[in-house]
Amino acid sequence: MEVKLVVSSSPHLRTPESIQSVMSDVLLALFPAAIAGVIFFGYQALLTMVLCMLAAMVTEAVILRDKNILGDGSAAVTGLLLAMVLPPAPPWWLPVIGGVVAITIGKQVFGGIGNNIFNPALVARAILMVSWAAHMTGWLSPLDLTTAATPLPLAAKGVQTGFVSLFFGTVPGSIGETSAFALLLGAAWLFYKGHIDWRIPGGYLGTVFIMGVFLAGSGSLTAMVSAGLFHVLAGGVMLGALFMATDMVTSPVTARGKLIFGVGCGLITMLVRLYGIYPEGVTFAILLMNAVTPLIDSATLPRKFGEVTK
Amino acid sequence: MKHMSFKTFKGGIHPGHFKRATEGKPTVPARPPATVVIPLAQHIGAPCEPLVAVGDEVKMGQKIGDSKGFVSAPVHSSVSGKVIQIGMCNHVLGRPVQAVYIESDGQDTWHEDIKPNPNYEELSDGELKKIIREAGIVGMGGATFPTHVKLSPPPDKKIEFVIVNAAECEPYLTSDHRAMLESPDDIVIGLKLVMKAVNAPKGYIGIEDNKPDAVEAMKKAAAGEANIEVHALHTKYPQGAEKQLINVFTGREVPSGGLPMDVSCVVQNVGTCIAVSEAVRLGRPLIERIVTITGSGINEPKNMRVRVGTMISEVIEQCGGFKENIRKMILGGPMMGLAQPSADLPVIKGTSGILCLTDAEVKIHEIKPCIKCAKCSDVCPVSIMPLFIGGAVEHGLYEKAEAFNAMDCIECGCCTYVCPAKRPLVQWIRMAKGDIAAKRRK
Repeated sequence: MEVKLVVSSSPHLRTPESIQSVMSDVLLALFPAAIAGVIFFGYQALLTMVLCMLAAMVTEAVILRDKNILGDGSAAVTGLLLAMVLPPAPPWWLPVIGGVVAITIGKQVFGGIGNNIFNPALVARAILMVSWAAHMTGWLSPLDLTTAATPLPLAAKGVQTGFVSLFFGTVPGSIGETSAFALLLGAAWLFYKGHIDWRIPGGYLGTVFIMGVFLAGSGSLTAMVSAGLFHVLAGGVMLGALFMATDMVTSPVTARGKLIFGVGCGLITMLVRLYGIYPEGVTFAILLMNAVTPLIDSATLPRKFGEVTK
Repeated sequence: MKHMSFKTFKGGIHPGHFKRATEGKPTVPARPPATVVIPLAQHIGAPCEPLVAVGDEVKMGQKIGDSKGFVSAPVHSSVSGKVIQIGMCNHVLGRPVQAVYIESDGQDTWHEDIKPNPNYEELSDGELKKIIREAGIVGMGGATFPTHVKLSPPPDKKIEFVIVNAAECEPYLTSDHRAMLESPDDIVIGLKLVMKAVNAPKGYIGIEDNKPDAVEAMKKAAAGEANIEVHALHTKYPQGAEKQLINVFTGREVPSGGLPMDVSCVVQNVGTCIAVSEAVRLGRPLIERIVTITGSGINEPKNMRVRVGTMISEVIEQCGGFKENIRKMILGGPMMGLAQPSADLPVIKGTSGILCLTDAEVKIHEIKPCIKCAKCSDVCPVSIMPLFIGGAVEHGLYEKAEAFNAMDCIECGCCTYVCPAKRPLVQWIRMAKGDIAAKRRK
């Protein structure tokens, strides 16, 4: 019988997952927070998201000479993540420049997907923050869209924000960071799919909580615990811990490394929040920990099965 | 009987089982072939030299090839008839090997030396090992390591446990499952004989819990044995990998670069145990085995008892032939089996399965860059880092691959299975192992 048989290496079974499917899962996980952002901050938030994503996708398609701007989905994810950390109504060119910068400087100069050291969305955010500080701090109150201050600097002045508002997100902030509820909902999907595990978010949020309790709270136990909880729910820590720090390419691959990474992010975030001049430290915390990720990996390689201790 | 709480091993994956097509059907004997092609190399170790010449009459079970090397096993004729050729034949590992071609006379006359031994329980450990060697028994899980060698550890390595590997963790394969339902007593007898051969006080039989009927059958067969325990193991690939099997039963880790005997264990496949029983009780050498012919690319999937030396093309024909859209034929299971360019090669002692996959199931993937998702490391049963080894090999950095423990890879394929970037990790690691081994030999 003349049949043509394919000869290739084992294994001959593969998971149906692909880079594309992983990126789709992440986009799906970001949906609840993205929708919350649009509900709270209106059409301008939606526009910002669309501009970020398009700019990122087109930039990548041009650099990679790919006719399909959807690509492997990673540029879309970067674009959406960037939009989530922008204020709700920036001038149109800000998200566009952000998207271009994220993909070029944040990713492609390193060699493209898998090779970048830093989280591309946060690279863009950092660059935008130092270049156009005023536009990057135009905070609005959700739903009524009046200019307002965000919970973290308010707390520094002694003004408390209610926990329910913080949890559901009806507070000023960047487009996707305010609703812990929406973020947790989406993250549950990533946990279920096995794309993230508890170590980075747990290390990050746990450290933020503990440092909040002991360094930001004083007096009664309730006050201290409240301070810890406040720091977990306020600002960009929830978004950072669940979606940014967990970015696969830029975080450690080892189990112990992930924990160290999470704790390090939490530590730097709180040091900036409590003792630095910026009200929020998530961006720099994650970027700094990204930088030491290769070092963390080589220091935390697991003991192999049957390791013979000399 | 003390029940251990069974931990599972670290890592592993849960691919689909794909066993329903064949696990419920009784094993059928294949129609004996008109010609058999008996390769002189069906085992790890020195290939055999032919003991017969063209024109010789041979009986079924007659030794037709042997070697003077210690790590070797003789081969026997699986039919009675005449030697028509001594030449080359295709082999599952890719390189042609020398083989004895025998034309059957259709009589299946056993060789006169093959007689049952009613007093087999009085045989000493040394006598048992001699019988096992002379019967040409090799590991039938697929590795084909000569069994008498495995049962002859150096005197300072005492064996505490003999573990029967009845996990059959590869998807699609069901030959061991059927063997447990159809010959449970032979398996227990074989285990006891192996325990005697290595003077081991304790025997375990490990069966994945996706085969509850087999667990039942083996528990019943071993019920009267005080020092044999049967356990259902959590179904997870590769539970049947011998290091993982030993770890789950004893908590011990076979040391890197070492062997099960280093942790006082010996592991034997179900089929090997049956072969031992038949050799010792009935004097029969290893000349046939159960093969699972399965997959959506074959018309009549089933388990068949096939004579060693039967051409695979013949076996395929007896199973209704390939389907129109056959695209891949794998000898073994889908995780570690070897894809073949044709069915023009004989069944050998280690042929556990013939897996026929169709167009829809055979994809040539484009290799993408590593996104450091670490799923490969998460599932690796030996806790090495496939992404780093693969990355090193991709750039030809074999020393780096060695530093990342490429040599410890058990080639189970879990890493490659889960990789979303479709990187051929096991293939790369194998390339590194080959390079490293060659360098070490110099």
